[in-house]
Order: sequence, then C-alpha cells, then structure tokens
Amino acid sequence: MKWLSQNWPMVIDLTLDHLWMTVQITVLTVLFAVPLARLSMTNRWLRAVAVVFTNSLYAVPSLALFMMVPVLVGVPLRSTTNVVIVLTLYGVAVIWRSTLDAFDTLPPRILDASDAMGVTRWRRFWSVELPLASPVLVSALRVVLASTISLITVGAVIGVPSLGLLFTDGFQRGITAEVITGIVVVVALGWLLDRLVAVAGAAAMPWRATTPRRSRRLARRVQAQSLRGTDGSAA
Amino acid sequence: MDLLREALVWLADGGNWAGPTGITARLGEHLMVTAIVVALACLLAMPIGVWAGHRGRGGDLIVGIAGAARALPTLGLLTLAALALGIGLVAPVVALVVLAIPPVLNAAYSGIATVQPSVTGAARAVGMSSRQVLAQVQLPLATPVLLGGVRSATLQVIATATLAAYTSNTGLGRYIFAGLKANDYPLLIAGSLLVVVVALVVDALFAVAQRFSVRHR
Repeated sequence: MKWLSQNWPMVIDLTLDHLWMTVQITVLTVLFAVPLARLSMTNRWLRAVAVVFTNSLYAVPSLALFMMVPVLVGVPLRSTTNVVIVLTLYGVAVIWRSTLDAFDTLPPRILDASDAMGVTRWRRFWSVELPLASPVLVSALRVVLASTISLITVGAVIGVPSLGLLFTDGFQRGITAEVITGIVVVVALGWLLDRLVAVAGAAAMPWRATTPRRSRRLARRVQAQSLRGTDGSAA
Repeated sequence: MDLLREALVWLADGGNWAGPTGITARLGEHLMVTAIVVALACLLAMPIGVWAGHRGRGGDLIVGIAGAARALPTLGLLTLAALALGIGLVAPVVALVVLAIPPVLNAAYSGIATVQPSVTGAARAVGMSSRQVLAQVQLPLATPVLLGGVRSATLQVIATATLAAYTSNTGLGRYIFAGLKANDYPLLIAGSLLVVVVALVVDALFAVAQRFSVRHR
C-alpha cells in the first residue's frame, strides 16, 4: 500500500498505455479476422490457410514471436508496433476460426429466404449473416481480450511500456508490492473490459435477450473448442 | 534475412550444442521442467475434475476458475514466485503448475460431464456400478478431451518456461534473454527458432495421440 501511495501516477500511466494497446489490438483483430472468415466461407484456399494458421500459431510462444516478427516484417524489436502486430496475429487466429465456424453453421433456409427477397450480397452480409454470427463473435472476442491483456505484459521484457513493467521493475528492484499491484490491476482491467464487451454485446443484440445461462454456454463452447486444439492461443 | 541466416549458422555449429550451457543441455532442461510441471498439474487436477464431472457437481466453479486463470498474467506470476522463493528452479515450477492446473481441471470436468447421459444411463441399466460407469464408459469416452486439456496445458508450460528464463537460469529461453542483453540478434533468433520447433513438435505429437484415442461410437 505504501508503494502504491507513492507511485500511483506511474501505475495510471502504465494502465493507459496498456489500455491503448488493448484497444488497437482488438480493433485490428476484428478488422482483419471477420472479413477473412467471411471470405474463407466460400474460398477453399483461404479455408485451408485458416486451418493451418490457427492450428500452428496457438502453439507458438509469444516471446519467440516477439523476436521473430521484427526480422520478418522489419519493425523495431523494442517497439509498441511489434507487440501490437504479434498479439493481433494471435487474436486473428482465434476469431478467424470461430467466426468461420459461426458463418458455416448459419441456417441455409434463412440465407435462401434473404436471397429470395432480393437482398444484395453486401446487405445479406450486414443485416443477416453478421448479426446471426455475432453471439459467437462476441464470446470469441472475450477470449481474445482476456489473453491479450495478459500477454501484453510479456512485452515488458523487451522494454515496451505496459503494466508488465511493474513485473520487470518490481523483480529487478525486489519490490513485491509492485508485482502484486501489477497482477491485481491486470486482472481488474481484464474483468472490466470483459464486462464491457458482454454488456455492449447484449445491447447490440437486443433480439437475443441474452440470458446469463445462454452466454455462459456459448463461452463454454468456445473454450471447449480451444481444448480440442482447434483454436485458442498459448502464452 | 541476413540475421536469419546467421541464426541458422549458429544453430548448425556443433560446438553450440555441447557443454552445460549447450543446446542439448538447455533443451533437456526445458523438456524436463515441462514434463515435471505437467505431471504435477495432472496429479493435482485430474482426480478433482474427473470426480466433479462424474458427480455432475461444481461445474460452474471449475469453468469459472479456468476462465479467470486465463486473465492471470504469466510474467506476473513468475516474478512474484521468484521474489517469494528465490531465483532457483522451485519458483518457476510452482508458478508453472499454477498455470497448468486450470486447463487440465477444466478438460477433466467437461470431458466426463459431456458424455451423453443416454450412454451412462444405458451403462447403469445393464447393471454397472457407479465406479464401473466411470472407469469403463466415461473415462474411455472422455480421453480425447482429457488429452486436449493436457495438450493445452503442456503448450502453455513450454511457452511460459521460455519466459521463466527471465527469473531463473534454465531452459531455451536463456538464449533469448542472453541475446536481448547483448544485442546479439542471431542468438536471440536462434533461441526463438528452437522454442518454436519444440512447441510445434510437441503439439504434433499430441495431435497424433488425440487421434488414436478417439473410440468408435
């Protein structure tokens, strides 16, 4: 507590850094993953890429990727951009696959009905396919958020500022309170953003009247999928 | 790309494989720590998860723990354990076991709990005892899911054991941190390549094991 009372401005700064990176990664992930998922619904080549990409990436440790992405892409190793790129890759792996599954299981009758009504392809995507797939998208997004918030801290070992700096700094200077503060703030941030996405998801899908039981079942399904090794990410 | 070639040259140099800090020794450490941690986690979590799944109790608690554990920052746990227990091997092992338990627990519970009630009902109807239902019906049917849990725990441990080299002098992560400290990019890339290959090979082995464990229905 004494440590926190003297250092809270730094904790707030790092929390904001952390939050900003989380926002960037989440937005980029959705922007890349959802179109990829929709395209791989009909493109066999992309579908094969989705399977290989998601199946192999979740096995690759993030620390190794932080080292290799700069070599492959040419961004500086000790940069926020590096962390954002790597964690976006993990996010895309999870959301691409589960959203593709959601698109694949859309009831064909509903799609036929919208075609019969003369809806264009573009409108069918926005007003039929995406809304029907969005419950899965939201629960996959929650999985991605949780692991992203935790993985951002790993970037601290390459000097990228986030709440992870409380771990590296606390370890080097032997301040246990600093490390504990970091863990508590990271977990609290994760919980807060998870609630935010859950509430926003429920608000965006008023027709679903999401019962807690139902969303829990969905979350469980996404989790079970990751256990079978079809998606999910490793630290 | 020159860096990549230099990294491969470093890996191809037989001299870097020998000795107490050579690749062979580091690889051995990494796999040994992983095996110990996963074995401990299974020993602790598997019986509880299987029992809960068999009784159909405590499911929400277990799923909740597994979800909450996902949010725990691995680097935070490692540094906290190192500060509390010193920079030896005990601290990372404790932290890694804490991280490996939730996926195993979750898989053991959901693997057993999601066996079709009609199947377990039929087993009871032909006169099997509760214990026989568990041993001869539920466990065999749940094996692929159980293996899936061990698989994700193992991958998580391999990844985090790399990070553990930040606080303790062990495993393949040493090359990465040594490379970071000395700005030796080929070394750090060579270390990363080794870790990636180990993770992918172990994952592939689990995939094969999982395929063989699926029974015909």
